[in-house]
Amino acid sequence: MPPELLRMIITAVLVVAFVFLNAMILGYMERKISAHIQRRPGLMEVGPHGVLQLIVDGLKLIGKQLVVPEGSSPFLFRLAPLLSFAPCVLPFVVIPFSRKLQAVSMDVGLIYILAMTSINVVAVLVAGWASNNKYSLFGTFRSVAQAVSYEIPMLLSLLAVIMMTSSFSLEGIIEAQKYYWFILIQPVAFIIYFVSGLAETNRAPFDLPEAESELTAGFHTEYSGMGFSFFFLAEYANMFTVCSIATILFLGGWKGIPLPFYDYSGIIWFLLKVYGLLFVMIWARWTYPRVRFDQLMTFCWKYLIPFSMANLLITAIMVKII
Amino acid sequence: MNVKTDLRAERGYFGELWFGAKSLLIGLKVTLKALFKPIVTVQYPREECDITPNYRGHVELVFNPETGGCDCIVCGMCARACPSDCITVKGEKKEGEKGKTLTLFSLDFTKCSLCGSCVETCPKSALTYSQDYNIAGFTREEFHYDLIERLKRRHQQPLAAAAGGN
Amino acid sequence: METAKEQAAQYTLEPATDIPKSNHYYLNMGPQHPSTHGVLRVLLEMDGEYVIKAQPVLGYGHRMHEKMAEHKNWMAFMPNTGRMDYAAALPFNHGYAALFERLCNIEVPERAEYIRVITSELNRLVSHHLWLGAFLLDLGAFTPILYTFDDREQVLDILEDITGSRLTYCYFRVGGVCKDIDDKFVERTRAYIKRQRERFKVYNELVTGNIIFLKRVEGVGIISPEMARRYGATGPVVRGSGIAYDIRKAEPYSVYDRFDFEIPTGTTGDSLDRYLVRLEEMEQSLRIIEQALEQLPDGPYLGKVPKKLKLPTGDANFAVEAARGELSYYLVSGGGDMPYRLKIRVPSYSNLSLLPELAQGMLIADLVAAMGSLDLVIPEIDR
Repeated sequence: MPPELLRMIITAVLVVAFVFLNAMILGYMERKISAHIQRRPGLMEVGPHGVLQLIVDGLKLIGKQLVVPEGSSPFLFRLAPLLSFAPCVLPFVVIPFSRKLQAVSMDVGLIYILAMTSINVVAVLVAGWASNNKYSLFGTFRSVAQAVSYEIPMLLSLLAVIMMTSSFSLEGIIEAQKYYWFILIQPVAFIIYFVSGLAETNRAPFDLPEAESELTAGFHTEYSGMGFSFFFLAEYANMFTVCSIATILFLGGWKGIPLPFYDYSGIIWFLLKVYGLLFVMIWARWTYPRVRFDQLMTFCWKYLIPFSMANLLITAIMVKII
Repeated sequence: MNVKTDLRAERGYFGELWFGAKSLLIGLKVTLKALFKPIVTVQYPREECDITPNYRGHVELVFNPETGGCDCIVCGMCARACPSDCITVKGEKKEGEKGKTLTLFSLDFTKCSLCGSCVETCPKSALTYSQDYNIAGFTREEFHYDLIERLKRRHQQPLAAAAGGN
Repeated sequence: METAKEQAAQYTLEPATDIPKSNHYYLNMGPQHPSTHGVLRVLLEMDGEYVIKAQPVLGYGHRMHEKMAEHKNWMAFMPNTGRMDYAAALPFNHGYAALFERLCNIEVPERAEYIRVITSELNRLVSHHLWLGAFLLDLGAFTPILYTFDDREQVLDILEDITGSRLTYCYFRVGGVCKDIDDKFVERTRAYIKRQRERFKVYNELVTGNIIFLKRVEGVGIISPEMARRYGATGPVVRGSGIAYDIRKAEPYSVYDRFDFEIPTGTTGDSLDRYLVRLEEMEQSLRIIEQALEQLPDGPYLGKVPKKLKLPTGDANFAVEAARGELSYYLVSGGGDMPYRLKIRVPSYSNLSLLPELAQGMLIADLVAAMGSLDLVIPEIDR
């Protein structure tokens, strides 16, 4: 067997395994943190402090029937979860977890990741349309409009960093942060990116596509069993991707205090930073009410885009001068 | 209670941004504080709250240690006072005894609205409230209580258990 | 005999005529929907996310309480009153007991009146806590409901200790209350008041000042004073519109005229005003309880009441301020011990009736916010 093929297979297995593991860790984190924020213990029953609960939940979801509602388009209905899940796995291939832990090194890694994360919208669109449910359709309207408009400030804020490093390669951007993290000189870009990331991953306070009190469950109202859990996995995988881009571009990626096995131990710093950001995401979710749809758009067009434009302009001038 | 800032003030473009960012950070502070505070809930089947002695559960007959039974005189006041007709009282006249003896006191707890009329009307104070709140069952017949039976069980089982232990 | 089809036709919407209806569609919000709290069904005609027409459909929780009252004597119906409005049962108890006292001229001992006021106000706090949590849940904030329930449990523990139950109280009797309060109750209530005042700061930090919350409620669901009058809105809804109408001041019953408290009012009548009015009402309730505990007289807690209450022929009316507004009982008696007719005018019903007008042209997200701010309790509407 050629070594390149072997490498690809191992990578694929590891990446998919990591996506599932990540969903379990995040699911556990979310439920534990929300519980303690609300002054209750949360998961306690399965395993010590409920650590095995997510495995049991997963088994339950696998065992459940996927109900296809009457009047829906069965093919699209079944396709949507897969369409949502598959592109979420792909970005993991290019993420540098440490200096040598990267499956594929790509010159345009950042663009590749952003392209892959955008496909999720199509899945939501298909899911909402195929469900033949008005609430699902509402969720879809909202999700598409939200994702399309928040892509703009997201890209503009990242562009500021790319201007400074003149590289789309993730390793190149990490190398450029040898002496200081970019969050120190690009705080505005970081905040804009993080807020847009929240919106992009449909997390509260921007969780309009699945707004529970308005749309029951939004675009995945009709999904059960594995259909639902693929959306769930995709959401958590997307959150991880968004936070890892933030880490790579603004927090120095896997760089930190050098540990033994320098080429590989960077993964510890990387995961610490990513899960730190994910903690903030979860923390925000359990604090704020949900914004309204038009306010979401107003915020994007009135605040995020002008600020990211101004930030880009200032960065461009500074780069030219220095 | 007073909210110090004017909530409806026109804040302008940057004022709104400043006000909003500040309020969001304050919100995060509140939840972060709560994250490190002890939990307030009780893990129910593992731990239980102390129930107040005034708790009004379903009705029970009062045990009279002198007679070894209850004080009920089968007057039927409780059954008449009950708004949902869930009490059935029957008694019979026994030879050589004054008044009637209780033979059946059944409570259909599925209908009971826990108002306490029966306890209040009982002329002999032979009824009281149960402290039992862990009530669950699979059939509705499980909630048709025979209170005489329950009284016997309550007061004989501890004795029997003590005797068996010796 | 109406056929089922004809009956169903009554509950479909007349399409709005002035707008081309080609892209309109209908949406059933409820009876099972996370934010209709219970079994309210609102039939919506929608254009995109905009509500063109809304029509509430009632009756999913109908239990014939008024009819039941005609076949029961006063005590036998007392438990039912607590089950109409499960969120604040004691004011319902209060109005019902006081109705018979007015009809039969029964004196209530002073201590009993004070106990009634204290427990009713505690119950109002319970109800407003429940509303606060549920309202914020409607707006998408998950955490506040757990905080308010934490505080609500403290009051429920206090009330459970004297009334014996936690939710559907049956504590008041004609002529007084069924159990006296003790020093432990007074002590616990005082401790609770202190605790609650601290907790308001947390609510204000987490919710009131929050920009997202303000944006969601400010200017949403504006009820003008004229509209509130037209629909007979009561309670915090009418007070939010700036009309200082509160039975406790307008027509003082029990011993409410002895306390110094204010009626909070809003200025614009939007959801934010109703929110602020309710929060301020909680503070005012604490003030009333504090004063009542200071003035609490000694004496019997249950007056002299004949064993079998003979109702004189005639009618009587009694209105109390329940947690959601004016609750009034109207009784017609033809002698005997059972009423000929008992009419219960519940606050949520009139507050709901303004929803169709309120909802016109609203976004569905705003409809949820506006409906939450009305504080509807559906079993009370359906009775």
